[in-house]
Amino acid sequence: MSLDRSQVENVAQLARIQIKEDEMADTLASLSNIMSLVDQLQAVDTEGVEPLANPLDAQALLRADEVTESNHRDDYQLIAPQAEKGLYLVPKVIE
Amino acid sequence: MLDKTIKQLSEGLAAGEFSSEELTRSYLKAIEAKNPEINAFITVTSEQALAQAKAADAKLHEKQAGPLTGIPIAHKDIFCTQGVRTSCGSRMLDNFIAPYESTVTHRLAEAGTVMLGKTNLDEFAMGSSTESSFYGPTRNPWQLDTVPGGSSGGSAAAVAAGMAAAATGTDTGGSIRQPAAFCGLTGLKPTYGRVSRWGMIAYGSSLDSGGPLSRTAEDAAIMLNAIAGHDPKDATSMDRPVDDYTSRLNEPLKGLRIGLPKEYFGEGLDSGIADVVHQAVAELKQLGAVVKEISLPRTELSIPAYYIIAPAEASTNLSRYDGVRYGHRCDDPADLEDLYKRTRAEGFGAEVKRRILVGTYALSAGYYDAYYRKAQQLRRLIKEDFQSAFDQVDVILGPTTPSVAWKVGEKDNDPVSMYLEDIYTLSVNLAGLPGLSVPCGLSQGLPVGLQLIGNYFDESLLLNIGHQYQQVSDWHQRRPA
Amino acid sequence: MEWETVIGLEIHVQLSTQSKIFSGSSTRFGAEPNTQASLVDLAMPGALPVFNAEALHKAVAFGLAIDAEIGKRSVFDRKNYFYPDLPKGYQITQMDHPIVGKGQVEIVLDDGSTRTIGVTRAHLEEDAGKSLHEEFEGQSGIDLNRAGTPLLEIVSEPDIRTAKEAVAYLRKIHSIITYIGISDGNMAEGSMRCDANVSVRPKGQQELGTRTEIKNINSFRFVEKAINHEVQRHIDVIEDGGSIVQETRLYDADKNETRSMRSKEFANDYRYFPEPDLLPVIIDHDYIERVAEALPELPAAKVKRFMADYGLSEYDANVLSASRAMADFYEAVVKTSGDAKIAANWCMGELTAYLNREEIEVSASPISADHLGQLIQRILDNTLSNKIAKQVFEAMTQGEGEPDAIIEARGLKQVTDSSAIEAMIDDVIAANPKQVEDYRSGKDKLFGFFVGQVMKASKGQASPAQVNDILLQKLKG
Repeated sequence: MSLDRSQVENVAQLARIQIKEDEMADTLASLSNIMSLVDQLQAVDTEGVEPLANPLDAQALLRADEVTESNHRDDYQLIAPQAEKGLYLVPKVIE
Repeated sequence: MLDKTIKQLSEGLAAGEFSSEELTRSYLKAIEAKNPEINAFITVTSEQALAQAKAADAKLHEKQAGPLTGIPIAHKDIFCTQGVRTSCGSRMLDNFIAPYESTVTHRLAEAGTVMLGKTNLDEFAMGSSTESSFYGPTRNPWQLDTVPGGSSGGSAAAVAAGMAAAATGTDTGGSIRQPAAFCGLTGLKPTYGRVSRWGMIAYGSSLDSGGPLSRTAEDAAIMLNAIAGHDPKDATSMDRPVDDYTSRLNEPLKGLRIGLPKEYFGEGLDSGIADVVHQAVAELKQLGAVVKEISLPRTELSIPAYYIIAPAEASTNLSRYDGVRYGHRCDDPADLEDLYKRTRAEGFGAEVKRRILVGTYALSAGYYDAYYRKAQQLRRLIKEDFQSAFDQVDVILGPTTPSVAWKVGEKDNDPVSMYLEDIYTLSVNLAGLPGLSVPCGLSQGLPVGLQLIGNYFDESLLLNIGHQYQQVSDWHQRRPA
Repeated sequence: MEWETVIGLEIHVQLSTQSKIFSGSSTRFGAEPNTQASLVDLAMPGALPVFNAEALHKAVAFGLAIDAEIGKRSVFDRKNYFYPDLPKGYQITQMDHPIVGKGQVEIVLDDGSTRTIGVTRAHLEEDAGKSLHEEFEGQSGIDLNRAGTPLLEIVSEPDIRTAKEAVAYLRKIHSIITYIGISDGNMAEGSMRCDANVSVRPKGQQELGTRTEIKNINSFRFVEKAINHEVQRHIDVIEDGGSIVQETRLYDADKNETRSMRSKEFANDYRYFPEPDLLPVIIDHDYIERVAEALPELPAAKVKRFMADYGLSEYDANVLSASRAMADFYEAVVKTSGDAKIAANWCMGELTAYLNREEIEVSASPISADHLGQLIQRILDNTLSNKIAKQVFEAMTQGEGEPDAIIEARGLKQVTDSSAIEAMIDDVIAANPKQVEDYRSGKDKLFGFFVGQVMKASKGQASPAQVNDILLQKLKG
C-alpha cells in the first residue's frame, strides 16, 4: 500500500520527528515501499490465533519491595543538556 | 599471536609465553594500523585496556586466572560501559558517557577480559551492513569494498582483522549471525532471555539477544559461560540453570538428527553458498549425523512480521531520546514541540527515522489490528512451525544468508532489498530460539556462514555441533589476505 | 427542564510501597529534586523495569476489598505520548488486562440511605514526574522523583448522580484504601487524586449527554464544588442553545471554575501495545488466598463486631470505625482502660472535639491511646472526677506527659479520705451559720450551696459522692 502525505505527517507528529519539505518525497516513497512489503501479512489467515508478545510465553518474576537505589543525581546530571538546581530544564511547559 | 583463539591465548598466558599487557599492546597496535581503513572501532579505550591487562597479569601471576583472564576483546557500542562513550552508532548519543555498566560487559570484566574499545554498528542496530552508523561504514577485512554485515559489523570486522580476540554483539534479526557469516567468524545468538539485556540499548525488546562473535565455537562457549544467566535487573531474563557450555563440545554427533528446511534452499539462494552448505552437510553425515528435509512454511512471512514488530517496538523504545536528560539537543528550541521535533530529526539518521515512522504507523489507531496484532499472531504460527520441526529433528541447518557480503553503498537507496537479505535469520528471533553461524566455505572469495538453529536453551548442542565440525574443517582458520 | 447529572470518577491512588513500581528508588515524599530518580526512572538507554511484588499485593487486596474479580493474567501496556515529565515517552499502564475487574462499593448518604456504585476496573500504572514552572524564565524544571511511584487507577461506572454522591463515593474509597493500608490517602500530598467525568441529560432520557473530564481534583471539598460548577456550566450552555464540547478541563480552586486545557486538545493517539520489557503477571488461587488472609477487617465487619463485643449502638460503632486509624485508637483505649462504653464516650467526645478544633487526624494526636486509657482508669478507680479528668486531658494535649504524672504534679488527686472531707465540711458549716439555720428550717435548695462550698474548698478534688453523703448527715444536725 502507498501512504499519502497527510498520513506521513500524522505519523511524524506522533513520533515528534520533523520532516523538512525536501525530505518529504523520499520519505513518502521509502515508507510506501516498506508498507508494500509488510502488507504481505494481510494474505495470511490468523483467525483465532493468540498473539505472541514474548517468544517464551513466560511469566513475570517480581522484585521485592526494597529501596536499592541511592542518590546519584550529580553523576546523572553531568550528561544532561541543561540542568540547574537539580532540575532538568526544558522550554516552558504550558498547561 | 593476533590470529589465535581465546583458548590458545589463555594457554599462552597461563604458560607465561606472553603477558596480557604484551597481548593487549599488540592488539592496540593492530587497531592503530588497521582501524583507519576498516573503521571497526568507534572508541578505543587504550588506557583502560592496559590497566585491566595489568590487573589480569597479577591474577595470572597469583594463579587465580579463569579462561578469560587477560583476553582482549571488543564490545559492540550498544552495551553501556560506565565512564566510556556509548554511542549506539548515533549522533543522538555521540556525547553520551554511560553512567553505568551493562550486565554483559560487567560479567565479562569480572571474568577478567580486557576491553579494547567499542565497535561500530548500524545506528541503534537497525541495519544489516554497518553502513547506517553516524561514524561511517565499517569495511569487511576480506574485501575492503564490501560490507562486513550488520548490525554487529564493527565487532565482526575487528575480530576478523585481528584487532580483538573476540567481541560482543547483539542480534535482533540476525545481527550477530549475519556479520559472523560475512566475516568468516563463529557467531552465537542465544535463546531470548538467556543473556541479560540490562544496559544493552534496546532496539526490539522482545527480539534482542546479546551474544559472542569469535573465531571458534569453543571460544563462543567460553564467552557464553561468562555472560549467560538470570539477571534480576532484566525481567525477561530467564531464571533457570546455566550449562557449562564447554562441557559437551566433544560429544560425538552419531545419530544426531539434522533437518534441512526446504524453504532455506529455494529461489534466491546464491548457488555458491548452496554448494558449500551442502558440502558441510556431507561432512556432518560423515560424523554420523542423520539428515532429513523438513519444512518451515512461513519462512518468507517472517520478513513482514519482523519488519512490523521490530520497528513498532523500536518506535517507542526510542521515544526516550528527547533532548531532555542526556544525548543530543537541538540549538535554541523555540518551544517544547520544537525541542522534540528538531532534536529527533537531527539526532537520528535516515534508517532509524524510517523505522520509527513505520513502527508508529503500525501501532496507530485503526492500524494496530491489521499490522501489529496480525504480526504477533503470525509470530505464534512461526514459533509453532519450529516446534513441530523439533518434534522430528534435533537441530535445523541451512545457510545463514542468501548471499555473501555486498558492495558498500550498493543498497543505499533500497532499504527493502536489504530487508530481504535477512530471510534466514529473522524467524529465529521471532521464535526466540538460539542460532549459531559457523564459517563453512567461500563463495566469490568471500566467507559463507552455516546456520544451526536449536531448540530453546539448547546452546550446548549448537556449540557441540559447531565444535565437531571445526575439528574436521579449517574454514574457521582462514584469514583475510 | 429538569436535568439529571451523570458522573463517573477515576481515582488515582498512590500505593504506599517503599520503592517504586518498576525500580528500587525510594517513594518518600518531599525529597530534593531528582535525588530519588534512578537509571530506570530517568529512562537511561538500556535501563529496564522490574515489577514490585508489593504493588501487586496491594492492588489485589483492593480488589478483594471491593469484592471484585481479580485478573488471573494481568498484562502491562505502553501508553505512548511525549511530555517532559514522562521520561520514557510512554507510561507503563494496563489496558486490556487490568489487575482488578468489576467490583462495587456501597455508599451511605446524609439521609442514611445507601446506594451501590459499580467499579468498572482498577489497574496498576506508574506516576509521572513533576514540571515546575515558577523558578526559571521561559523554562520549566523537571523533577522525576515522583516518576515511577505506583498508582492504582480506580475507574467507577457512571452510576453517580450528584456531587454529594461523588464525595461519598470518594470518601468510601478513601476509607477502604486506608483501612487495608495500601495507601496513606493523603490528598494534600497527592497520594489520592481524582478526575471526574461529568455529563447532564434531560430527566428520563436514556442516552448519555456529552461529557467533559475535570482533571486532578485534590480535595474532598473541591470535588463537590468542581462538579457542581461543571454541571451548572453544562446546563447553562445547553439552555442557552449551545452544545458541550467533549474535552478535558482543569478545576481552578481559587476562582471556583473549570477551564479548557488547550494544550492537550490536539488528538492524541496513545498507541497502546503490550510492554515487551515485562512479562504477564499470572495470579493463582493460592496467591489470592494468601492476600485475603492478610487482609485486615473491613469497615462493615468492624461495625458489627463493635456492636457485639463492646455493646455499642450502631451509630457509635459507625462513627468509631469510619477510619481505621480511629477504630484502632479506640480499641487500644478499650484495652488499656477496660471499659468500652467510657472509652467510646471519650473518643467520640473530648478527643474528637479536640482533633476537630486543631484540624488534625487521629494519627497525629498528641495523646496516645494508651494515655487516654490510663486517664479513664483513673476515673474508674475514683482517683479523678470526670471534671478533673477533663483538666488532665487538656494538660495532656499540651504535652505535659502521662496522666499520673500530671495528676501528681498538679496535685489533682481526688480526695476520698472521709476524715479530710469531714473537716472541710465542718469548716463550711461553722463559717455559714445563717445558711445552716435556713436549711434546717426547710430551705432544701441550699444543699447545693453547701456542696459548692465544700468542692471549692477542696479545689474540686473531693469525691462528690462522699461529700453528698457526709454533708447530708452533718446538716441533719
